[in-house]
Amino acid sequence: MIVVNGLTKSYGPTDAVRDLSFSVKRGEIVGFLGPNGAGKSTTMKILCGYLPADSGEVRIAGFDIFSNSIKARSRIGYLPENVPLYPEMRVGEYLAYRAALKGVRPRRIPEKVEDALELCNLRPVQRQLIGTLSKGYRQRVGLADALVNEPDILILDEPTIGLDPNQIRDIRNLIRSLATRHTILLSSHILSEVEMTCSRVMILNKGQIIASGTPAELRDRSGSSLTGAIRLELLAPEKTAQETLRKLPGIASVNSLGMKGDWATLEIIPSGGDPRVALFEEIVRQGWKLREFSAHEASLEEIFTSLVASASKTSSTPA
Amino acid sequence: MRVFWTLWKREVASAFYTPMAWVILFFLLLVTGFNFYAGVSVLNHGPTEVTVVESFFNTIFFWFAFLLLFPLLTMRLFSEEYRTGTIEPLMTAPVRDAQVVLAKFFGVLFLYCVLWIPTGLYFLIFWWQTRLQAAGAIGAYLGSYLLLLLMGAFYLSIGCFCSSLTRHQITAAVMTFCLVSLVFFASLLSFLSGSIGTLMRSVSISFSPIDQMTEFSRGLYDTRPIIWYLVMTGLFLFLTLQSFQSRRWR
Repeated sequence: MIVVNGLTKSYGPTDAVRDLSFSVKRGEIVGFLGPNGAGKSTTMKILCGYLPADSGEVRIAGFDIFSNSIKARSRIGYLPENVPLYPEMRVGEYLAYRAALKGVRPRRIPEKVEDALELCNLRPVQRQLIGTLSKGYRQRVGLADALVNEPDILILDEPTIGLDPNQIRDIRNLIRSLATRHTILLSSHILSEVEMTCSRVMILNKGQIIASGTPAELRDRSGSSLTGAIRLELLAPEKTAQETLRKLPGIASVNSLGMKGDWATLEIIPSGGDPRVALFEEIVRQGWKLREFSAHEASLEEIFTSLVASASKTSSTPA
Repeated sequence: MRVFWTLWKREVASAFYTPMAWVILFFLLLVTGFNFYAGVSVLNHGPTEVTVVESFFNTIFFWFAFLLLFPLLTMRLFSEEYRTGTIEPLMTAPVRDAQVVLAKFFGVLFLYCVLWIPTGLYFLIFWWQTRLQAAGAIGAYLGSYLLLLLMGAFYLSIGCFCSSLTRHQITAAVMTFCLVSLVFFASLLSFLSGSIGTLMRSVSISFSPIDQMTEFSRGLYDTRPIIWYLVMTGLFLFLTLQSFQSRRWR
């Protein structure tokens, strides 16, 4: 649905987006992830035909966004960052206006507006002036606007920024429910959010994609999927357990975290690779009772930090 | 065309949703009402050569209010959308730049026409009360209002252009006021005796809105100003479109 090829855009001497290429297939929810200033918003503005690119190609549902802008734009529902709206208009009236602007046939406008109001839970405020709405409602009006003509593609720039946790959950559920009918590209700098809603993640830094894949794939790519310690609680003599487990392959060290009655709590630091199966087999062989076995999996957060750090390292070293 | 009407309707509606249109309407009526009263009392003082139409449309009071209208009406057109960011949802919808420019221009032109409608009441009342033959001269009214429309179109297009240049309404208003005043008072060049030639002098006089109004409010129509205003309106709308599109490469 979205094909981007060699996209470059600079503001004066600074490159906002550098030679960006990716594609999004029908029905995917793709997340753009990156620190502030990574080029997420710029890319989205180019995709929506608001900004021109310096070079490169963008095709939206087969239409070139630069040469066939009107056709391409009519396939997109866009939620800009900060959701600019006309404060003097009423919610229902605004959505009807937007629907007409996007080429919905006059007879069908009331019905489409109703659908959008319903979907975004805006019924209670449909007669209210937009200027009097809270941030959460404004966000939903923006989303309803993006949806009102049922476009193939939704481009959502930071859809949950500035919302409280309840509202974030609502919007997130809404976005996930939309995925059955729309192809969605959303941006965020909150990782857990992207992880929860998106089927694929692209990590952007300094205008380039430094990693892309499902959250699970990204975990694998960053090397060991276990970054932290493994915690065990065993019914066994502390010293013996420590010494036995340390001899296993792939274990760097075993630390004792103290006793709770007869139960020993141990922290195991892997030396790379995944020693969990080996640990399990050894514990079974010894016949120890076990009541906790927990491993800390790398969060997207850690992958992200390590990727951004390594990317800036390679780009700063002279070739 | 449907997109144009949708945009146009929003432009007009938003002017009346906010107090702006009503405030301007109120004060314009206050000033022109006083102006009309003054005009009628001049006529009461004895025989004069001017008609009530002339004495209404060609006074300092009238022109002052007239010139102030344009920055007030046009300053928010584009600047407000730039500043609040609503330009972004607007231009990512499938609308053409030209549609937006034309909708904004014709929206404000409509508003401008609405502002003048109540002044027609003055003349109706005057005619109804006095039954003077001169007060019923349709040509004079048509001429005055036609010139008002043409000048308005030109000056509003200047305002559109200024507003499309900046995100600050006040900057747009100041630029509009200066440009409109410059065009309006260009005829004063004719008073720079000696330093300009007779050709320049006659040209500047024929561009003088005050002289044009003197003719039109007597029912004398000159096609030169009509064409001049239409062409200049077109030119400034073209410039507006260029400046509006320049945001893409700025």
